[in-house]
Amino acid sequence: MMWVAALALAAGLVLGFNLPLRIPISYARYLSIAVLAALDSVFGGLRASLEGNFDSAVFVTGLIANSGLAAALTFIGDTLGVELYYAALFAFGYRVFLNLGVIRRDLLRIYYQGRQPREMSSQWR
Amino acid sequence: MKGIGNKSALAFVCLLLGIMISIQFRVQKDIKKSNAMQRTEELVVRLQDSEKQREALEREVSDLRNRIAEMASGADTIKALSAELENMRLALGLVDLKGPGVTVLMEDSKRAAKPGDDPNAFLIHDDDVLRVINELRASGAEAISVNGQRVMARTEVRCVGPTISVNGVRLSPPIVIHAIGNADTMEAGLKMRGGVIDAVAVWGIEVKVKKETEVIVPAYKGSLKFEYAMPVKKAGDQ
Repeated sequence: MMWVAALALAAGLVLGFNLPLRIPISYARYLSIAVLAALDSVFGGLRASLEGNFDSAVFVTGLIANSGLAAALTFIGDTLGVELYYAALFAFGYRVFLNLGVIRRDLLRIYYQGRQPREMSSQWR
Repeated sequence: MKGIGNKSALAFVCLLLGIMISIQFRVQKDIKKSNAMQRTEELVVRLQDSEKQREALEREVSDLRNRIAEMASGADTIKALSAELENMRLALGLVDLKGPGVTVLMEDSKRAAKPGDDPNAFLIHDDDVLRVINELRASGAEAISVNGQRVMARTEVRCVGPTISVNGVRLSPPIVIHAIGNADTMEAGLKMRGGVIDAVAVWGIEVKVKKETEVIVPAYKGSLKFEYAMPVKKAGDQ
């Protein structure tokens, strides 16, 4: 699972650097918050997969919805003059760290108890 | 099958994330570059401005050069103009002049004032000097100076406390007046019976007139600025 994610990420990076895809500089803020939302989704997915309740539909829809929502929130905030950007930033940042913490504990647990994450995960929640 | 689906979903999401991150990275680089670009654009605008200015100045220079060439081609005009300029400067009093004339020396009275006399009467006053100047002019003096101050069109002769102000410079007796012109006429004018010298001699004020073969009348050295006066343009004038 992990190597698939790493490979896909590397492929995406290569693709992104080589594609002649450009977004206007004024949209850079929206993309940056969308990236954060995507990161949150990925870490959430990682955690879910470690805990054995990974659902690809939830994962993909979560990613798209979070990214879109974050960008939309930033846009609305910009038009209203309220920095809603920071709301998304804090929310997603918080969740990323939360997920990272859970993933770390999950990994430690797997390390101590052997590779049986799917059976054990529900107890550790 | 579920594992493959999950993997493909994860791969898809990670791919997307990778693309987004790399695009964002590139955009940030563009932003940094564009800041530099803005600076460059500003500099370009300023450069264009100064180039425009330089072009305008160059045009002006060539215009002026053309005018100089035109004037040089009409050398006669130049000569006439410079001759007229010289005349004007002479008339205005901007040139040191020499020639035959008279030197008039005026000194305060050495006679002791009797009790009851007005001590003021024994001193040289501005109007004494003015009367001498006036008499000299009437006698055809072409250039007059008072203690080295050229008497010109705008010169004042005025009492300033114990001194006399001429061209804004304070002079005190003895007053030496140089005048270029016909020495005989001027001397006669000054010494005319009932004239200036007679009038002040009553008070013991000495006025000595000396005919000279050459007196030097210095140029006016002050400012010629006109702050209020403007030439009146007539309809026919250019």
